[in-house]
Parts: sequence; structure tokens; C-alpha cells
Amino acid sequence: MHELSIAMGIVELAEKEAIKGGGNVIESIELEIGKLSGVEIEALDFAWPVAVKNTMLANAKRIIINPSGKAKCADCGLIYDIENLYDSCPQCNSYLKDIFQGKELRIKAITIDNK
Amino acid sequence: MCDTHTPNTIIISKPSEQQTHSHHEHHDHHHSHPHDHSHTDNEGRVIDLGKDIMQFNDVGAARNRGYFDAKEIVVLNLVSSPGSGKTSILEKTLTDLKEEINFYVIEGDQQTMNDADRIDSLGIPVVQINTGALCHLESDMVYEAVKNLNPAPKSILMVENVGNLVCPSKFNLGEDYRVVIISTTEGDDKPIKYPDMFEGSDVCIINKIDLLPYLNFDVEKAKDYARKVNPKLIFFEVSAITGEGMRNWYEWLKELRV
Repeated sequence: MHELSIAMGIVELAEKEAIKGGGNVIESIELEIGKLSGVEIEALDFAWPVAVKNTMLANAKRIIINPSGKAKCADCGLIYDIENLYDSCPQCNSYLKDIFQGKELRIKAITIDNK
Repeated sequence: MCDTHTPNTIIISKPSEQQTHSHHEHHDHHHSHPHDHSHTDNEGRVIDLGKDIMQFNDVGAARNRGYFDAKEIVVLNLVSSPGSGKTSILEKTLTDLKEEINFYVIEGDQQTMNDADRIDSLGIPVVQINTGALCHLESDMVYEAVKNLNPAPKSILMVENVGNLVCPSKFNLGEDYRVVIISTTEGDDKPIKYPDMFEGSDVCIINKIDLLPYLNFDVEKAKDYARKVNPKLIFFEVSAITGEGMRNWYEWLKELRV
């Protein structure tokens, strides 16, 4: 369950940025967690209350964007949807690919306030 | 679920100093935020970040990487399920190559000094990291362990991660190569059941090939599955017990030192 570590990483980063921005409360946080990122949203949900307890994110509304996988075939150049890391190109069957969407693990934005 | 409480105490210790554990509070957040702001001009203000969540680990990994590069230390991160033979492969490798290569070892386990004791008995400098409830090593733990270990320039540092084919895949430690080990007593479809780990690895060692006559494990099938996830994987088929196939692995290791 690496999701607890990741949830704590989110808290650390979001708090740092909130302080930098002059806030002391984070009202909402927008996360981008790709379907191929290796992070399970359910496990993150489970870890979240523990990670945000007594932090600026304690009551923050959480918005999660969950991009699906997209890859470009390294052999024929076709852009295709992937559900699994081991999917091959539907055109030429090659497994060599550049996954350019679906592996995101980002904080997109936070909304801060002074209370 | 591997870790459900926090903060977690990470213990870093050498076999010779088991009584003097150096405690290191992991993720010890400091919540001393300023609450005396009087200005109100940024209420409900949205800050666009677009920042990578993993930077809490990746920044430390980059720091480790710089240290290793400066000292020309080659670092291998060994990952696998529990029981695939990581420590046995390590013991056999160290025993056979310690005259030729200067090795250092970091052992990661949730509990016990057992693996570090096994390495220590071979006369190889080793530090044990006990992660407690945590299911993987993170870059800052390796940083602390390396400070304790103080590896010599031009050596090879072997980091044996916590036995877990899922969680360590997300945590770069600053290594040069990640080596994933599977054994013939596991299913040959492991690479597609746990694709994240195989995707990010450079080398795949298939261990316990001496047991193949008694098992249904199909080596070629396992390799095919692994190549689907990561076409660039380098394979070694070995038995750490009989020594079969270890020579090719050794040749690869020796070339790292050139």
C-alpha cells in the first residue's frame, strides 16, 4: 500500500505551495492520477483521511481526474488507446511504445484561503 | 494493506551495532504554519501547480544519483516477491565475485537483521534498513543508509528492496539499474500480473531453474510476457543454489565496472 506514502507526499507538496502562496487552509485540491500510474484510487481513498489529519488539507475537497492510457507505437507511429502496460499496437503488433498519457501523478491545482 | 499508521519509524543499523539503532522519523511533517496573516486578498485563490506528486521521493533520488555518479559507484536496486531468492542470489554473487569487485550492500526488510547478518558473515559491508510498516524503500532511507555505509569509489552497491512486487516500483532510489527477480516456483504470468515492476526494470533474473523439471513454469512464456511489458529487458536464467547460469550474470556485472 504505497498509496499512504503517496498521500503524504501530496500533503507535503500541497502545504509547501499553499504557504508559498500565502494561505493557511487548502479548500480544494485537484489531482491528476492516470489509469496506468500504478496508484489505486480506492487505496488512496483509504489512506487519505490518515494523511490529511491535522494538516491544511484536513477539510479539503478532493477532485480526481483519471486520464486513460494513450501510446504512440515506436515502430509504425500509430497512436492508440492502451488499458494495460503490455498492450501491443493494433496495427503492427509491436510492443515498443511511448506512453504519453495515463501515467500522470500530479497535483494540478489547489485552492487556498486565509482563515 | 501494508502500512496503515503513521508516522512510521525507520531503523537503520549495521550488524555490529544492533543496540544502537539510529532512529529516523520518516515523513515527519512540520505543521508550524503561519496563522497570523492579516491580509485577505487571496481568499479562495486557485494556484495552478501541475507538479509531480512523486517529487517527495524523486528529489532525494536525484541527490543520491549525484553522489553515486561523483564517486563512480554503480547501484543496483533488487526487487522481487518475497521468497524468490533475492538474498540467495546476492550471497552467491558476493561469495563468487568479492575478490574482483568491491561490494557494498543495503538490506531492506520490514523487520529483523537476518539478511544483513547473512551478508555480514561474508565480510561485505552492509547496512540494514527496517521499514516497519512500510512496504518499500524510499530515496531518503537509502540516503541515510549510504551515509552510514560510506561506500568506496568505483564500487558496486547492491540495494535489496523489501520483498514486494508492487509498491517499490513507484520509488526510484537513484539506482543505475533495477533488477527484478522471479523464480520458477511462482507463476510464469507474474510479468503481466505485476506489469509496473517489469516495465521499470532493466534486468530480469529468473531464479531456481534447477527446479524446472518438477514444475510447470514455462521460461519462454515468462520471458514473452515480460517482453510485452518491457521489450528492452535483459534476462538471466540462474540457480543461486547450484550456480547454474550465474556466469552470464557475473559477466554482465563485471562489465559495469569497466
